[in-house]
Amino acid sequence: MTTTEQPPAPSGADERLLRTSPLRRLLGRPELGSVVGAAAVFLFFSIVADSFLRASSFGTVLYAASTIGIMAAPVALLMIGGEFDLSAGVLVTSSALVSSMFSYQMTANVWVGVFVSLLVTLAIGAFNGLMLTRTKLPSFIITLGTFLMLTGLNLGFTKLISGTVSTKSIGDMEGFDSARKVFASEWTVGGVEFKVTILWWAVLVAIATGILLRTRFGNWIFAVGGEADAARAVGVPVIRTKVGLYLGVAFAAWVSGQHLLFSYDVVQSGEGVGNELTYIIAAVIGGCLITGGYGSAIGSAVGAFIFGMTSKGIVYAEWNPDWFKFFLGAMLLLATLLNAWVRKRAEATK
Amino acid sequence: MTTPAPRALIELDHVSKFYGNIKALQDVSLVVHAGEISCVLGDNGAGKSTLIKIIAGLHRHDAGTFLIDGEETTLANPRDALDRGIATVYQDLAVVPLMPVWRNFFLGSEPTTGVGPFKTLDVRKMRETTRSELLRMGIDLRDVDQPIGTLSGGERQCVAIARAVYFGAKVLVLDEPTAALGVKQSGVVLKYVAAARDAGLGVVLITHNPHHAYLVGDRFVLLKRGAMSGSHAKDGITLDELTRQMAGGSELEELSHELQRATSPGRPDTDDTP
Repeated sequence: MTTTEQPPAPSGADERLLRTSPLRRLLGRPELGSVVGAAAVFLFFSIVADSFLRASSFGTVLYAASTIGIMAAPVALLMIGGEFDLSAGVLVTSSALVSSMFSYQMTANVWVGVFVSLLVTLAIGAFNGLMLTRTKLPSFIITLGTFLMLTGLNLGFTKLISGTVSTKSIGDMEGFDSARKVFASEWTVGGVEFKVTILWWAVLVAIATGILLRTRFGNWIFAVGGEADAARAVGVPVIRTKVGLYLGVAFAAWVSGQHLLFSYDVVQSGEGVGNELTYIIAAVIGGCLITGGYGSAIGSAVGAFIFGMTSKGIVYAEWNPDWFKFFLGAMLLLATLLNAWVRKRAEATK
Repeated sequence: MTTPAPRALIELDHVSKFYGNIKALQDVSLVVHAGEISCVLGDNGAGKSTLIKIIAGLHRHDAGTFLIDGEETTLANPRDALDRGIATVYQDLAVVPLMPVWRNFFLGSEPTTGVGPFKTLDVRKMRETTRSELLRMGIDLRDVDQPIGTLSGGERQCVAIARAVYFGAKVLVLDEPTAALGVKQSGVVLKYVAAARDAGLGVVLITHNPHHAYLVGDRFVLLKRGAMSGSHAKDGITLDELTRQMAGGSELEELSHELQRATSPGRPDTDDTP
């Protein structure tokens, strides 16, 4: 060969592709911001609160995180699917109330109430989903309506039936002990007390992650949240996907509601208001875009963990709990800013 | 217009569509054969979108007949159309920008492994197929994991076309594939359209660019205000005539008169301000 041509590019390697370092790949993950935030919060309270690093505190923090995380995982999936559920907080209370009152009034065994509650809660979830997909109104409005209606029903029905704002004790009923084992037991490992909700949380996050990343339904969740019209045009069942997501939230609300009932024996009918925002914030801190199409279930777990650490850390630091809200707001703003930046990168040359 | 010896893949005969008392489409006929490109030309509001929505299964026609493989049909939804081999590539809603290329490629028709409730996505196959199928169409992708929103408009159209070909479409409906593209990118997309035709697909190309249409088209249907204003085979019409009809013929002459009048006094005419 006597020509002076450039040697051809080596086959296999693409000259247009810059080497992506593992660090750069990590930067593209939706959970990144929440993990950095969790590390910072952990470090912070380790320094300012002496008792924060004790093993027993760890069990308490995890418990606080789990009660939020159980709901935050399906709420994160729903947000990736492009929708909100403002009724999620009071739905937990409704689920507990239905279970308690049905058992007390109608039967002798609490398990009957538990299953009736499952059906009722799923029906409310289906109502949210079907109203949304049939009317095509924003989910914000639909679930705001459900939220208010449920808040009223919770109080109204409880006062009507038991005469007070809380339900009657069902602690002496048949099946209470076994139901308590499933929904509200605790076990001790090395002197640290762990609640069963931590297990529920771990399992729900694992299932949610599996569904999201490795099933057809998961692919559809990303698609209906990212661009519902495009998804429908290639044959994705948009309505079924969205209704399925609301059923997921309802299922988790049922689990949380039963935990509420069987750990305290009685249910306060006014509880749950405001929690819906907590779940949404946990999901957003975990990397879910408020506009849908992007996020992760593991991120929601990290977001819930941040919640747990902050709420308990402030107590261990012996501060006024009022500061909790300030921390929350600051976390949310930082997380949203980071997410906006991530999204810009992801959609770079639109 | 009678059906020639090989049966048409799609045949619309005097199809109409009404939205309330508005005639969106009236008495439009269109034939699509395998290995041929039928172009639908028309200005904004001519009824092009309505026509493809009927073919794609998003809307149902109200009058006339719609034959697929010689069989009269009314499509229930886009899934129904896909199952009958009609794939539609929309100019703006072809893909989900935030999702990786490989997830987009298989969206709605994901392959799975495993049984019963434990079916999971066959991620390996999805990635490999995406890469090889795009390579076969001549798109050498840097990374199938990148969000499809990071591709250029032309590349996104090509991915959508490759997807339709891979899933065994017999009829490919393209909605203004070159509308938002530059000259070079339009050329690339038209090349893939021709490649799809050579692969034996019947193509419906919707456009308002007669030059692009004439480059690849075998027959041309002109729409105007919801009605058909012309239907020609390629050997029955020249590019100039197609352009003239497309631009509205006599209306164009009138417009050129008006423009001459408007520009002559040196300042723009003030008559057109309301």
